[in-house]
Amino acid sequence: MSATVLLYDERETTLPGVEASGDALWLSASELEQATGWKLQSEGLCRGDACVGVDPAWRDGEDRIDVTAFARHMDQPITRDDNIWAFGESVSARHDALFSLEAPDFTLPDIDGVMHSLSDYRGKKVFLHSWGSY
Amino acid sequence: MVAVAFDTAGKAAVEAKIRAADIAERPVVLARLMGWSEDLWARQAPPTYPCLIDQGHEVAERYGMRNVPQAVWIDEHGRLVRPVESAGTYDMVPHMDRETFEVPEEAAAHGLEVRNAYIDALRDWVRHGADSRYVLPADEIRQRMSGPRPDDVLAANHVRLGRYLYTQGELARAKQHFNEAVRLCPASWNYRRQSMMLDADRVGELNGGEDFFAAFDANRQYPYYPEADLGLAEA
Repeated sequence: MSATVLLYDERETTLPGVEASGDALWLSASELEQATGWKLQSEGLCRGDACVGVDPAWRDGEDRIDVTAFARHMDQPITRDDNIWAFGESVSARHDALFSLEAPDFTLPDIDGVMHSLSDYRGKKVFLHSWGSY
Repeated sequence: MVAVAFDTAGKAAVEAKIRAADIAERPVVLARLMGWSEDLWARQAPPTYPCLIDQGHEVAERYGMRNVPQAVWIDEHGRLVRPVESAGTYDMVPHMDRETFEVPEEAAAHGLEVRNAYIDALRDWVRHGADSRYVLPADEIRQRMSGPRPDDVLAANHVRLGRYLYTQGELARAKQHFNEAVRLCPASWNYRRQSMMLDADRVGELNGGEDFFAAFDANRQYPYYPEADLGLAEA
């Protein structure tokens, strides 16, 4: 059975039975929510406090939504390798997040696989230091 | 203190650095390059702070970190008080003997000065908080930052794909995406250095090979370790 892998923000979702149709990637509302966190509601596609009106051109006769059309509307970068698709954050979203001077949150594992979020340390000064083995 | 390793190979790449089997085996030249005093070197202690592993270079993307080590200072309210900067390093590579990795006395001394000045600034902030002279005004922080370009977010997307493919054992395809990330974002030494160290026999190693120095020489227009500007903040 064919499957598509969607890498959306930090999510990694395998969608069995989903295949690209040219440059379009049609997902049901539940697949879209699972893969991206965007939920189809009466106001449109909503995530957190944000809602985006759905362009009829993004929908097909089977009530599916073309996630690539939605991502292009949101100015997101889209990159594909065969059946693996990556959707990143837009330039403006990244810029606004950084220039707000609110330290962008993240969640990563330590060497034992225990997850840590930057927000776990709110209330303390944090010296956030990067390194690499290379 | 929170450390984040931008290492696509994950635990396999960083384990020997965080839980070294035998710290005494580390070459003395490394201690000199890092500016560790005899006292500091003698401690040989493993880190007691969280050491996180960022296989997809996500934190690098979110904060605009171009090389390691770079750091940001974040206050108790989750706000940046200094932008991304070289964390107590300066560019010693041009002064380095490429066989022995030794640097002349003058370069080593300057490295130690840069390191100590940065650590002193950090200690000042820890002690004085918002009143520290090293806490920068918001406008100054923004002026020192640069936002992402379209090619930067596209490069990060290729790293996203490259990381996934690497974890699936698709090394050749992973390398293609890392190389594309380097092409799109040539200012990122993280992407460039990572792209050279994905093969199994190089994972976890410090790259002192010909490929590193060739890449360094070919990309001098992209700053490697620009020294942090620790000039006093405006009153």
